Amino acid sequence: MAIGLAHYLVVGAVLFGLGLFTVLTRRNAISILMGVELILNSANINYVAFSHYSTGNVDGQIYAIFVIMLAAAEAAIGLAIVLAIFQIFHTIDVEAAETLKD
Amino acid sequence: MQLSPVIFYLIAALTVGSAAMVAFSRNIVYSAFSLLGTFGGVAGIYVFLGADFVAGVQVLIYVGGILVLILFAVMLTHRIADVQITNRSVGRIPALVVIGIFIFLLIQSIRETPWAKAKEIVYAPTTTIIGEWFLERYLLPFELASVVLLAALIGAVVLARKETRE
Amino acid sequence: MEHPVPTDYLRWIVLLPLLGAATNGLLGAGLQKKLGKWMISLLACAPVVISFLLSLKAFFDLLGLKPEERFLLDRVYAWLSLGTLNADVAFWVDPLSAVMILVVTGIGGLIHIYSMGYMHEDRSYWRYFAFLNLFTFAMLLLVTADNLLLMFIGWEGVGLCSYALIGFWYQDHVNARAGNKAFIVNRVGDFGFILGIFLIFWSLNQQGHGTVTFREMQRFVPLLEGQEMWGIGVATLATLLLFIGATGKSAQIPLHVWLPDAMQGPTPVSALIHAATMVTAGVYMIARLHFLFSLAPVTLAIVATIGALTALFAATIALTQNDIKRVLAYSTISQLGYMFLGAGVAAYGAAVFHLMTHAFFKACLFLGSGSIIHALGGEQDMRKMGGLRGHMPYTFWTFAIAVLAIAGTPLTAGFFSKDEILWQAFSSEHGSALLWGLGVVVAGLTAFYMFRQFFLVFFGECRADSHTRAHLHESPKVMTMPLVVLAAGSVVAGWIGLPAAFGGSLFAGWLEPVFGPHQEAHGSAGLEISLMLLSVAVAALGFYLAYLVYFRRTLAPERFSSLAGGLPYRLSYNKYYVDEIYQFVFVEGSLLLARIGAWFDLHIIDFVVDGSAKLTAFVSWLNGLFDDYVVDGIVNQVADSTFAAGDKFRKIQTGNINSYLYVILGAVVITMIIKLRYWS
Repeated sequence: MAIGLAHYLVVGAVLFGLGLFTVLTRRNAISILMGVELILNSANINYVAFSHYSTGNVDGQIYAIFVIMLAAAEAAIGLAIVLAIFQIFHTIDVEAAETLKD
Repeated sequence: MQLSPVIFYLIAALTVGSAAMVAFSRNIVYSAFSLLGTFGGVAGIYVFLGADFVAGVQVLIYVGGILVLILFAVMLTHRIADVQITNRSVGRIPALVVIGIFIFLLIQSIRETPWAKAKEIVYAPTTTIIGEWFLERYLLPFELASVVLLAALIGAVVLARKETRE
Repeated sequence: MEHPVPTDYLRWIVLLPLLGAATNGLLGAGLQKKLGKWMISLLACAPVVISFLLSLKAFFDLLGLKPEERFLLDRVYAWLSLGTLNADVAFWVDPLSAVMILVVTGIGGLIHIYSMGYMHEDRSYWRYFAFLNLFTFAMLLLVTADNLLLMFIGWEGVGLCSYALIGFWYQDHVNARAGNKAFIVNRVGDFGFILGIFLIFWSLNQQGHGTVTFREMQRFVPLLEGQEMWGIGVATLATLLLFIGATGKSAQIPLHVWLPDAMQGPTPVSALIHAATMVTAGVYMIARLHFLFSLAPVTLAIVATIGALTALFAATIALTQNDIKRVLAYSTISQLGYMFLGAGVAAYGAAVFHLMTHAFFKACLFLGSGSIIHALGGEQDMRKMGGLRGHMPYTFWTFAIAVLAIAGTPLTAGFFSKDEILWQAFSSEHGSALLWGLGVVVAGLTAFYMFRQFFLVFFGECRADSHTRAHLHESPKVMTMPLVVLAAGSVVAGWIGLPAAFGGSLFAGWLEPVFGPHQEAHGSAGLEISLMLLSVAVAALGFYLAYLVYFRRTLAPERFSSLAGGLPYRLSYNKYYVDEIYQFVFVEGSLLLARIGAWFDLHIIDFVVDGSAKLTAFVSWLNGLFDDYVVDGIVNQVADSTFAAGDKFRKIQTGNINSYLYVILGAVVITMIIKLRYWS
C-alpha cells in the first residue's frame, strides 16, 4: 500500500495522544513540557503533510516554522519558570505548587 | 519505490516508540533522551514529505536547542547522582482509557473525511521560496516572531535570574 | 564599461588591512607585552604596504588595457538578493577608484610608518594601529565598492574609526567629547545619504530597473529625467540628499563644525583621516555619481555655491587661529570647499585632481606639524613657537615645500590643481565669474594664513620656555622620511595635470573613460594664462602681507585686528560663533523644549489633575454618606451570600492543571462523538 496523507495523519494523531497522556499523568513540570513538545510536533506533522498532499504550496511549512519558533520561545520561558519554581519550592512537582487554590 | 514504505514505517515506528518512551518511562533522564528519537523521527517524516528546509530547522532548533535546554533543566533541578530519579505518574489508567477513545475517534475522522487533494505532488527544494515568502507574504508575522523571541529571551533571563527572596 | 575584466586580487587590497586590524585588535595587547612594539608595527604596516603594491599592480593592469575597457571587477559573493534589490560584495577598480586606492594605500602607508615614531611612547600602541588599519580597510571599501550599499558600509566604517581615533586619548574628557561631536554631526549627514540611496533605488525601481550598482545605475539614470516627487525632480532631490551626506563627511557648511574639534586626535590621524582621505569621501562620492549629479543642474549650483562659500568662510577663520593644527583644519575645510566648487561646476576630474594633490601637501603639513608638536613636547600654540628653523632642518624644508604647494606657487602641485578648478569655475557652463572671484580671494587668503603659520613657527625668536627649548630635537628618521616623500609628491604630483595651455593634462586623459570626454573650455589659452597670472598675483599679495606682518614685522597685526572696531577679527577668531549658535539652537533648544514640557507638566497638567482630584474627593465624600447608610445595607447582604457561594465553588478550582485538562479532553471527546455520529 502506497504511503498517503492518512498515514502521516495517523502518526500525528498517535503522537498527539502520547503527548496528551504525558501532560495528563506526569506530576513533574519538565515532563509536562516534554508532553507539550510532543503535541506541537504532532501538529507540525499535520501542517507539513497537508502542505504536501492537500495544498501543494509551502504555506503549511511556513506555519510549521512559526510553530517551531514559538516552541523554542515556549521552552525557554517554560523552563525559566520551572527553575524559578524550583528556587521557591525546592521541587518541581506541580502538585506542590498548587497555592492558587489557597 | 518499494523500499520507501519500509523506511517510512521504520521512521514512524521510531517516532512513536520514542514518544511512548517519553510518556511511560519511569526515569526522567530516559524520557528526555527519548525525545531525541522523536524529534529525529519527525525530521525524517518531514524529509519524506519533501520539506527539506523544515527538516533542517527541526534538527537545528528541536535537537540542537530545545532538547539541550530540557536536558539542562533536568540536570539543574535534580541531583543526578541520586539513584532514584523521580518521575511520578498519577492516574494512568483513566488517562489511558480517555486517550484511547480519543485516538480512536481521531483515526475514525481521518478515515471518513474527504481530504482535499493537491493537483500534483512535487518534490523540489523549498528553501528559496520559503525565504522569499518570509520577506514578502509573511513579512509582518516574521517581524512579529522576532519581537516574540526577543520578549521570550528577556523574559527567560528575568525569570531565571538568581534572586534573593524572603 | 560594459565588460569588466574579472580579477581575483582586488579583494586582498581591501581585506589585508582588515586582517591587520583583526590581529592587532584581538591579539595586540598580548603581542605588545610579549614581543614588543615592533611586532605591532610589522603587523600593521605590512598589510598596508602590500595593499599599496597590489594597487600599483591594478594600476598597471589598467594601463595595459584600452582606455574604454579600463575596468577591473572582483566579485566575491552575492550579498543581498531580495526581489529586485541585488547587491554583491564586489570590488571594482576603474581609473577613478585606481587614483583613490593609490592615494589611500600610498599616503596611508607613509602615515602608518610615520606613526611608528610618533606614537612610540603610547601605552595603547596596539589599539592605535588596530583602528588605523580598520580605517584603511573601511576607506578602501568605500572607494572600491561596486554598489551604493557596500559603499555605505565603508562610509559608516570610516566614520566609526574617525570617532574612535579622535577620542583615542579618551581619558581626557575634551577628546571624548570631540569624538562624540564628530560622530553626531556625521550622523546628520549619513541620514541624508541613506535617504538618498533609498530614493535612488525606489525611483529606479519605479522605472523597472531597481539597482544600486554603479555601472547599472549609470545606464539607467537617464530614465529618471522628468520623474518628480513633491514637484521636485527626483534626480535633484536624490542628489541633494546625497550632498547632505557629503557635507557631513567632508565638513562643508553647515556641518563643518566637527572637523576643527577632530584635531584632538593624534596628529597622524588628523593627517590621514581628517586631511588626506576620509574627508574627501564626499568629493569621491559626487565624482562616482557624476552621471546622476549631471542630471541635476540645481544641485550642481548648490554644490558649487556651498563649496565656494565654505572655502571663503573657513579661510577667513584660519587667518586668526593660534593653534597650529586648527589652522590646518580650517585650511582643510577651505580646500575641500575648492573640491566641491570643482565638482559643482561639473569639473569632476579637476576636483579629483585637487583631492589627490591636496592629499600630498596637506598630509605633509599635518605630519610636519606633528613633528613640531613632538619636538615641543605637546605644545600646539603657535604663539609659543618660533625659530625652529635651525633645530629641525628636515621638518623645516618639507614644511616649506608643502606651504609653497598649498599657496599655489607656480610649478608645485597645488598650483596646477587649484588653477584647473579656478579655470573650470570660470569657463564651464555651470561656472561663473563670481565663483571664480571667490576662489581667487580664497587663494590670496590661503597664501596669507599659511605663510603666517610658517613664519610664526620657524622664524623669529623662540618663544617656548627654557625647559622645552633645551629639549628641542629633530624627529627620528622614521618620521622625517615620510615627510620627504610627501614633500616630493607635493611638487611632482601636479605635473601629471598640466593646464590645457601648457600641453594638456595626463590626469584628465586618464579619467576620461569615467567622466567622458574632457569638456572643451569656452575660453582661449590666452585667457587661461592671464587668469592664472591674476590668481598667482593675488596669492603673492597674500604672501607679501604675511611677510610684512610676521617676518619683517614692519606692519603690526593689531592694524588688522582693530579694523572696523575689531568686529571682523572677533568674528573670525571665534569662528563666527557657529559652535555657540548650534549649542544655543540645537542643544539649548532641545533642553528648552524639555523645560517647557516639564513646566507644562508641573503647572498645567498638575493643576488640572489636582483640581479634579479635589473635586473627586468632594463628590466621593457625598457618595460615601449615601453609600454608608443606603447602599451598604443591600450590598452587605449580597456580599455575604456571594462569599458563601464562593466558598462552595472554590472546591472546583483545584489549581491542578491535569484536572482542567481532563475536563477539556472530555468535552472534546463528547463533541467529536456527536459530530461523527450525527453529522457525517
